[in-house]
Amino acid sequence: MSGHADPGLPFWRKYIFSTDHKVIGVQYAVTGLLFLLFGFGLATLIRWQLAYPGQPLPLIGGWFAESQMLGGIMLPEFYYQLGAMHGTIMVFLGVVPLAVGGFGNFVLPLQIGAPDMAFPKLNLMSYWLYFIGGVIMFASFFVPGGAAQSGWTSYPPLSVIASDGQTWWLIGMAFLINSSLLGSVNFIVTIVQLRADGLSFGRLPFFVWAQFVTAFLLLLAFPPLEAAAVLQLMDRLAHTSFFMPSGLVINDAVVNISGGGNAVLWQHLFWFLAHPEVYVLVLPAMGIVAEVIACNTRKPLYSYKGLVLSAVFIGFMSFIVWAHHMFLTNMGTVMSTFFQVTTMIISIPSVVILTVLVLSLWGGAIRFNTPMLFAIAFLPMFGMGGLTGLPLGLAASDIHLHDTYYVIGHFHYVVAPGTIFALFAGIYHWFPKVTGRRMSETLGKIHFVPSFILMNCIFFPMLMQGLAGVLRRMYDPLQYAHAQAAQPLNVFASAAAWLLALAQIPFILNFFGSLFWGRKTGENPWEATTLEWAAPSPPPHGNFLEAPHVYRGPYEYSPPQAKSGFWPQHVKDPR
Amino acid sequence: MDKNYYGWGLPVDISAHGSQIDQLIIILHLAMAALFIGWSVFLVYTLIRFRARSGHEAVHETRHFKAPTFVEVLVALFEFFLLAAFATPIWLSVRQEFPPDDKALHVRVVAQQFAWNIHYPGEDGIFGRTDPRWMGSANPLGLDGSDPAAKDDITTVNQLHVPVDTPVIVRLSSKDVIHSFTIPVMRVKQDAIPGESIPLWFEAKKTGEFEIACAQLCGIGHYRMRGFFTVDSKEKFGEWLKAEAPQ
Repeated sequence: MSGHADPGLPFWRKYIFSTDHKVIGVQYAVTGLLFLLFGFGLATLIRWQLAYPGQPLPLIGGWFAESQMLGGIMLPEFYYQLGAMHGTIMVFLGVVPLAVGGFGNFVLPLQIGAPDMAFPKLNLMSYWLYFIGGVIMFASFFVPGGAAQSGWTSYPPLSVIASDGQTWWLIGMAFLINSSLLGSVNFIVTIVQLRADGLSFGRLPFFVWAQFVTAFLLLLAFPPLEAAAVLQLMDRLAHTSFFMPSGLVINDAVVNISGGGNAVLWQHLFWFLAHPEVYVLVLPAMGIVAEVIACNTRKPLYSYKGLVLSAVFIGFMSFIVWAHHMFLTNMGTVMSTFFQVTTMIISIPSVVILTVLVLSLWGGAIRFNTPMLFAIAFLPMFGMGGLTGLPLGLAASDIHLHDTYYVIGHFHYVVAPGTIFALFAGIYHWFPKVTGRRMSETLGKIHFVPSFILMNCIFFPMLMQGLAGVLRRMYDPLQYAHAQAAQPLNVFASAAAWLLALAQIPFILNFFGSLFWGRKTGENPWEATTLEWAAPSPPPHGNFLEAPHVYRGPYEYSPPQAKSGFWPQHVKDPR
Repeated sequence: MDKNYYGWGLPVDISAHGSQIDQLIIILHLAMAALFIGWSVFLVYTLIRFRARSGHEAVHETRHFKAPTFVEVLVALFEFFLLAAFATPIWLSVRQEFPPDDKALHVRVVAQQFAWNIHYPGEDGIFGRTDPRWMGSANPLGLDGSDPAAKDDITTVNQLHVPVDTPVIVRLSSKDVIHSFTIPVMRVKQDAIPGESIPLWFEAKKTGEFEIACAQLCGIGHYRMRGFFTVDSKEKFGEWLKAEAPQ
């Protein structure tokens, strides 16, 4: 770590309010990982209530306030806070900051041969806005009435009449959105302006392309949600009626507002962001997986062009599929057909990307190191997530599956064993670059095998529950007769979730232990071809000892000219 | 309530339209399973065949075969086949082609935190006027007592009775927040949105006692917003209506 920042600066400028993209990347990644752990912790509490409703939580039940758990028994208020905040934290405070803020910040300037991001001070501000947003979200658990409890989607009118936690949620979201906007502008300008000599767009590593498309998604999709969040805040604080229709009667009392608003409008604005957001979660993950697979198969990717064109196409299409989340809001056949068609169309580039990544394995000499194991596991897991999107994307089958555990199983397959596995692959892959030390392969494999099995034990039962019609967001899973039959699946999935928590211990030990005791490594331990491996490990302030020049595309593995088996982008003559 | 209606697979279907939806779900899952298994076998085979080992070297080749393009075109065609042959026609018949008004039973369902108010028009076939001003715990629907059409109206809480083999047209609305009216055995699910009156229809083919659930998070009592859905023979339904009618 000591190599990262400008050596001439005092400690707090070097490591706290740093403008160096590598320090900021590490800050983002560590904060994101902590939030992932916290959000996962919330999920393990949810799993207790789902497996053993109404029974006191053992061991730690007494740690909670009486407004959360009474005698260790979870209250519905707290259950719904956990649900809303688990989703919010995992998406906005965990995965995106790690995938975009962490990997994007650290790896992207190195991969394009730049000394830093285009706007280092914006970068600094972007991290601290994210940090403040995170503190607000975390602190909201302690305000009267607790954190937001209207789901991570915050549908009005429920969210407008909810307790103070929702106000904190909206303000926290405003900080997170501004953070993302600053970050995305910075990424776009950096990629366009700061590429090394000879690094044309056609020679960019796929990871950079993925971040490029992601940055445009964030830049264009987040402003509508920010506007919507401000409108909802006004509905709550100034009693406006943007999302509040006339004639509302709550608890037998007519609500004293002007009315005339539209509750469904929020859903359109929310999903206009939240569907592109899905690709914000997935594209960087695909980028990481492509890098790791190319490096560890020791051969070029099957179709670089196919990957890039698909990612760009996904970027455009992701703006016109949002209403497939809203088939049941009284949608006519014309509209539902339009959004079904766009949904089927957007599945095609995703299939292309997955196919290219799988076919890239063919003809390789595959090294099964820890990053590669996680990258390979991403493929079938993301495949499951994609396939289970089909019955939800067709309006007719969505009638039965909407708002059931099928939806939960579907998007968790995409994001948990999908994206999060890719992020693990990235951590194991780039850890030597960040720290100059390697992580333990043994602990890495002890982390991988149970995580892979347990993820499936958690999310596959959810798909089965969903087919049986079990609805999501139920504090008491035994309330409905149709859900009781499938209750053993809940017990099974919960046990798997708690074991999955244990399975992360080797990762945590490995992560911190390797900082101090990991085997020291040179600049290019994986014999990789992209530019980040041309810089020292860890890279010094300014990254490269001399400005690199790029001579070729990113994945020249096993070319006939090079005896060493790889031909880095910046090396002129084969070695 | 008979628990045999529910299990680990799809719940029993007692509706006129549900078998189309189930058919689509089953076709989809068969196709998904076939794709996933075929694809996984290929993946595992590739991983074993091309593992790094001494004497084995990677090839510097990118596009080995053309087959994937065909597979992708096939998958895309299959998706559009499902869309054209199943999804769109089903949606059209379920959501848009309503039975004639005079052949159907008309019911209003008004959701609130955390109950379903059911409103039958009574013998005159006309729903009495309602207004938020009259809403209270004794009159949850806010029926206007001065309206003659309201005199014979029948209201219940959480009890929806319908006759078998008869189309039912429901006008769905909500007093407060968004709910979602769900009857799993009928393959019915529709959001109830305040400020809107949303029509939906269904026809039950079997008698029995089932349940109504709320599928959209509507507050801390969301999980207990459970209603009862009873399908009676036509005679029994008539008797029930008479017994429930205001005296």
